Amino acid sequence: MAGKVKWVTDIEKSVLINNFEKREWVQVTENEDWNFYWMSIQTIRNVFSVDTGYRLSDEQLVNHFPNHYELTRKDLMIKNIKRYRKELEKEGSLLAEKDKNGKYIYLDFVPVTFMLPADYNLFVEEFRKNPSSTWIMKPCGKAQGKGIFLINKLSQIKKWSRDSRTSTFVAASSGKEAYVISLYIDNPLLIGGKKFDLRLYVLVTTYRPLKCYMYKLGFCRFCTVKYTPSTSELDNMFVHLTNVAIQKHGDDYNHVHGGKWTVSNLRLYLESTRGKEVTNRLFDQIHWIVVQSLKAVAPVMNNDKHCFECYGYDIIIDDKLKPWLIEVNASPSLTSSTANDRILKYNLINDTLNIVTPNGEIPDCRWNRSPPREALGNYQVLYDEEQAQSESAEHDLRSRSGQLLGSKGTRGSAGARPAAATWK
Amino acid sequence: RRMDEGTVLSLSIAQIVQRLKGSHLHSQIERQAKDCLHRPEIKLESLKEDVRSFLKTSGWEKKLQNAIYRELHIQLPPSHPTAPLEHLKEPLAYMRKAQASWEKRILKSLNSMSTELGVPLARKRPGAEQKELTNKWNEMGTDEPDLSRFRPVYAPKDFLEVLISLRNPNHDSCEDVCARSHWGLIQVPLNVRDIPQLRQAYAELNLSSGQLGIDDLAHVHPVGSRLFLHSCLFSIAFCVVVVGQDSAAAQQYSRRGCPTGLRADLWALILNSTNQLQLRAGVIQHNLLVDNLIYKDVKLTASNDDYYFVFEDFLYQVLLCFSRDTAVLEHFKYNSATPPKSYLHGKVGDEEYAVVYPPNGVIPFHGFSMYVAPLCFLYNEPSKLYSVFREMYIRYFFRLHSISSSFSGIVSLCLQFERLLQTHLPQLFYHLRQIGAQPLRIAFKWMVRAFSGYLSTDQLLLLWDRILGYDSLEVVAGRYNLNSYFHTNYAVLADLSTLKVIPLIQIFLFATAI
Repeated sequence: MAGKVKWVTDIEKSVLINNFEKREWVQVTENEDWNFYWMSIQTIRNVFSVDTGYRLSDEQLVNHFPNHYELTRKDLMIKNIKRYRKELEKEGSLLAEKDKNGKYIYLDFVPVTFMLPADYNLFVEEFRKNPSSTWIMKPCGKAQGKGIFLINKLSQIKKWSRDSRTSTFVAASSGKEAYVISLYIDNPLLIGGKKFDLRLYVLVTTYRPLKCYMYKLGFCRFCTVKYTPSTSELDNMFVHLTNVAIQKHGDDYNHVHGGKWTVSNLRLYLESTRGKEVTNRLFDQIHWIVVQSLKAVAPVMNNDKHCFECYGYDIIIDDKLKPWLIEVNASPSLTSSTANDRILKYNLINDTLNIVTPNGEIPDCRWNRSPPREALGNYQVLYDEEQAQSESAEHDLRSRSGQLLGSKGTRGSAGARPAAATWK
Repeated sequence: RRMDEGTVLSLSIAQIVQRLKGSHLHSQIERQAKDCLHRPEIKLESLKEDVRSFLKTSGWEKKLQNAIYRELHIQLPPSHPTAPLEHLKEPLAYMRKAQASWEKRILKSLNSMSTELGVPLARKRPGAEQKELTNKWNEMGTDEPDLSRFRPVYAPKDFLEVLISLRNPNHDSCEDVCARSHWGLIQVPLNVRDIPQLRQAYAELNLSSGQLGIDDLAHVHPVGSRLFLHSCLFSIAFCVVVVGQDSAAAQQYSRRGCPTGLRADLWALILNSTNQLQLRAGVIQHNLLVDNLIYKDVKLTASNDDYYFVFEDFLYQVLLCFSRDTAVLEHFKYNSATPPKSYLHGKVGDEEYAVVYPPNGVIPFHGFSMYVAPLCFLYNEPSKLYSVFREMYIRYFFRLHSISSSFSGIVSLCLQFERLLQTHLPQLFYHLRQIGAQPLRIAFKWMVRAFSGYLSTDQLLLLWDRILGYDSLEVVAGRYNLNSYFHTNYAVLADLSTLKVIPLIQIFLFATAI
């Protein structure tokens, strides 16, 4: 194919630039004609804003969906998941089944969460049911652990109570920032006595039909300080938050490993200490909640054909080996804190580019979005809606014709597996 | 005068019976036997048989078998009753002498560290300090004492120099050099196994037999048969662990690699380790100079390791308790080393005032904590972790830093390594020597640590499966050759972390043309 890809980025990270240069792509400025723009979320807002009226051509590709915040803003993600559950319930879907305590059996994967100040009264009602619980306050629009704090008394968040009975716009008018408040997972799985969370990378190439990929090389981020659920340590954020941006300021931060452990280490440890079966179930469940979170936002997402997105999923595992979705980042950090980190992130971008720009050629946004298996690198197909539908159509056909389904054959989409394992 | 087999056997049996008589298991079984007399199925006329069959069905017989099995592993080679003890530990006089002078050197360096830094070898902690330590027992890693003045007593490279200088005074090595030149650094005449002998000893590693840890050997077994093999192996392992509780069978099984989910139980069974970690009080009450060395070692090694940093606090717990564990002293009966002694103030040289120091007789060196670190992946309970580590140490690891002629001792391992390399990869050996890189200088630190910290953990555990399975460290020596065999580039010499161990050992042993 003639012509080299012309690229722009407003994120000056070596893992990006090295990848573009390796492909012999040509760097241009954003005012020139470009094919590939790896941009920050501030820039994507301008590209798709009504005012600028920018129109992308078929040969242009960007690394965010226009309204990615439906998934990546804490409050909107919760709103969308709640809506998704209700819709499934209305349809009478088996997925929306509840246990005898009224909890969703398959869709209870985010900690109980409320918006503040909007849901203040609902929160108070929930808080009083369980007054000894700890809650975590997070500002809606901030990342990297900024502005986060823990509370265990109502008095600590008086500021967010409603001033007037009627106004739902207190936050905007009084200058109070909007927060989400979530039940704090106070029984996290500890390894070597330390708390950690999982950072997993997920690539979405289209929402309708949904096609998503899980990166095999995620990692665990460890707190440098021993975990204690004791309330006296509520103010010590090193105990509770695993964000590298926070942990870097701790005295014990180690610059060799950066407190990061590979997912394969986690798997080896869990298989060795807890057994293969429960470990597989945990990873199946993690895949399941990622797919469900994407399905929850798919209907509202602007499925622009010029877009793809690589998300950073943050997941906490509790001591019963249940995974909880904490949040999703639209711009996972591409800064490398250690040598291994640099290799990982370089490969992440490399594998992402191999999928979204097949053969490193000038993108055509009308492409079929079905990369060959050998182009996946460290990605694995998490869910492919098209394929899942054609499989289930085949399934229907076969069962109607009275054939027994001895084996389901090899499944292309890993997303089907946890589903089958969980709700049947 | 050599003893005949019958005498050896009866000596061994007598030894084991003697040792088991004093054990907790013995009293437990005795109690069980007494208690069962009230049971209806025990008849007076067939008392002996009935009690025996009761012990069998209630699982006590199996426990006894396992205990005997363990004794067989750690007991001394039976020898003539009049032979002095030190000859049992190490038959060759020049090895004994070398070990003794090495011990003297280490102890001297420890003592001078104590004098120079003004830190006593041991001191009782004041009450407040004891309390503080009790409170932070589970998070000793958060403590940042100033350890800049402490240096490891020795590092593997210091030990290597000692091994290189070993000579047998009764052996004219000059003559040997002319006859069959040896390019390596180790200059003592010990018998080590060559490839045909190794093949015989490690028959289960044969290319055609199934191995766990061979997912990368897809070209050898088609996928279907491999899956079948895995599931077979898995179910065998399951039977062994859950149903059988049989050490001997577990060990046999381990030769082909343990499935990850069963490894922890299999190893505990092979080692017949019992949970115990009651030495905490000893750590709380007294502060030892070696504690600082342990602390420093963990900080220098495991705390900076991508795999093991998570377990820092477990390592302190295990190693500090280990240093106070006098049960470890028992292994000096068959270790060529002798526990170091220290004398109470002003009584130097007076045996009446001598105490073993540290209490377990083992002075840690740079990298010692890496013997424990991989086990943290298997046991999340400190007491279990501790007992498995201690058992591994007194069976295998001590040999990696004691001078002896034992065929799984470090001297033999080094020699075997050099011989294998010289015989089968002469060009590589020659080339490395030409550029001033003696292969043993590269490989020694890997072998001293049984590869811990140099291989990725999953591969390391597969290697240690075989150490337990074959009850020998010999696989450690064979290991290095395999790498060089297939990856003669130097990147590999520096970084082993991406290698797959077992297929390499297999191919080296069974596909090398002799």
